[in-house]
Amino acid sequence: MKVKYKNKHTVFPYLKWLIIGDNIFKIISALFASTILLLLGLMVYELIKGSWLSIQTFGLDFILGTKWDPAISKVFGALPLILGTAVTSAIALLIGVPISLGVGLALSEYIPKRYGFVISFLVELLAAVPSVIYGLWGMFVLIPFLRDYIYSHIRALFGFIPIFSGPIYGGGVLTAGIVLAIMIIPTVSAVMRDLFMIVPNSQREAIIALGATKLETVKTVVSYTRSGVIGAIILGLGRAIGETMAVTMVIGNRFQVWPSSLFDAWYTMSAIIANELLEATYDLYVSALMNVALALLFITLVINILSRLIVWRTLRLVRGIAKE
Amino acid sequence: MRKPNYYKLRLIKDRVMFLLVYLSLALALIPLFSILYEVVQRGIPAINLDFFIKPTPTVGEKGGGVANAIQGTLITIGLASVIGIPVGLMSGIFLSEYSEHKLSTIIRFFNDVLSGVPSIIIGVFAYALIVRSIGFSVIAAAFALSIIMIPIVTRTVEEALKLIPMNIREAAIALGVPRWKTVVAIVLRGARKAVVTGILLSIARIAGESAPVLVTMGFWRWWFAGLDRPAANLALNIFIFAMSPFENWIVLAWGSALILILLVLGINIAVRIFIRGRY
Repeated sequence: MKVKYKNKHTVFPYLKWLIIGDNIFKIISALFASTILLLLGLMVYELIKGSWLSIQTFGLDFILGTKWDPAISKVFGALPLILGTAVTSAIALLIGVPISLGVGLALSEYIPKRYGFVISFLVELLAAVPSVIYGLWGMFVLIPFLRDYIYSHIRALFGFIPIFSGPIYGGGVLTAGIVLAIMIIPTVSAVMRDLFMIVPNSQREAIIALGATKLETVKTVVSYTRSGVIGAIILGLGRAIGETMAVTMVIGNRFQVWPSSLFDAWYTMSAIIANELLEATYDLYVSALMNVALALLFITLVINILSRLIVWRTLRLVRGIAKE
Repeated sequence: MRKPNYYKLRLIKDRVMFLLVYLSLALALIPLFSILYEVVQRGIPAINLDFFIKPTPTVGEKGGGVANAIQGTLITIGLASVIGIPVGLMSGIFLSEYSEHKLSTIIRFFNDVLSGVPSIIIGVFAYALIVRSIGFSVIAAAFALSIIMIPIVTRTVEEALKLIPMNIREAAIALGVPRWKTVVAIVLRGARKAVVTGILLSIARIAGESAPVLVTMGFWRWWFAGLDRPAANLALNIFIFAMSPFENWIVLAWGSALILILLVLGINIAVRIFIRGRY
């Protein structure tokens, strides 16, 4: 027997409401998710607005200027800060990347799986330690240790090279680089571990079958994910550049164009914001600090977008091949 | 002529690499153990009853505690969670359940980007947006901390919901359950442990943030005095105390560090055991 309905809503009286409810939920969740885009956009807008006065006053001289004098001439140039950030981050990468590579390889290739998770967990704990505690530890434990046992020896051995000469205060450029290295190791090594883990076993088996040693196998694994490893390093760079409190506590906070040696005090972009934003008493001063923040945001955005794209692409590429 | 045999050399290289890998592992983990050891060893002498019930001592005053900082931290984190958790939760739902939507790839990408923005920049953003209009306040700090929280919650919620098998959703939809109810009552419920885990980890993260707190509230040594005023903060106190020349404050810094590290690592360890117990 065939029954004719006038419309579908008489059979499913709630269908209309169900569909409306679904759409409302979808729109609400989409709106919440869009706040992420909104926040990023607003952040860029607010920082540009805040630093407008400084951009108008100094223009390009802000990036190239080497004078930071809030008290008398009210001239602000951020080049030494940019150099300070660049050099400390470079030292952090120089020390941190080889160690991270070792840790990543240990976790994916060397340590048996049943112990691996404990070590992975410890490395992740290292990432969870708040940056201010790294700073506290750096000030009261690492600085005395480096000053008394390491730096004096370095200076005795390599003192003829200018960067390793000069007075040793304990805190300074090299100390900041070391603390940053310790702080980026967990992030970089975790990404590297994930990259190495997804390399298909057929790759390892193939080269082992050719009689390769472990080292040669590992080389294949690393070269297989080469671009991803570079992405992981850039990711670490992004973290090092933005790190604030730990650096502020160990770098010595002295504004100078170029330190006399690696043991000398210096300043970074993030550290000057943390130290001076609350003391900035007039608009141009605040605006100059905002301008530093804007430059820092710009650098980290570029670095982050670049590294995410590289890591994403590698993960997808390698996973795609593994599936075939 | 026979080719020279490189076998020995290859084996030596292999052993050297083996040693280097374990050496780097040791170098990476020594700081963790050193931090834990020093914080416990130097923090314990600071812990006594006064530490938990008295506010920040004035300069030169003996004793004192961090009770006001614990109170201020809890209030600030609470307010940040009230903003951050709903946004993160709904965004995570959107990314996982409506992943076919055009926006979702873009939002996923920029969510990752937002999680990489340095916390000091987020602090400066809150300073520009809120501090300049209503002044240094708990609201400004909570706003900054919630922006740090959102990407973490979003990410973990998305990953948690994606672990729920598709056929469970299909079964619910086949029974005529509307999609939103499927998400809330079935998918979210099935993933609730992982969701709670993500939220707890994000709370652990913002509890340790000091840079954004510094530029949005500054140092405040009194008790909580309203949401439009600053409040004391444990992580920031460590910075201020450590940089100060006063012996008593430095002792309090180590005590605060002990409390903070117990809280942060405690949450991390508890969460790990929690998850492992499940699978």
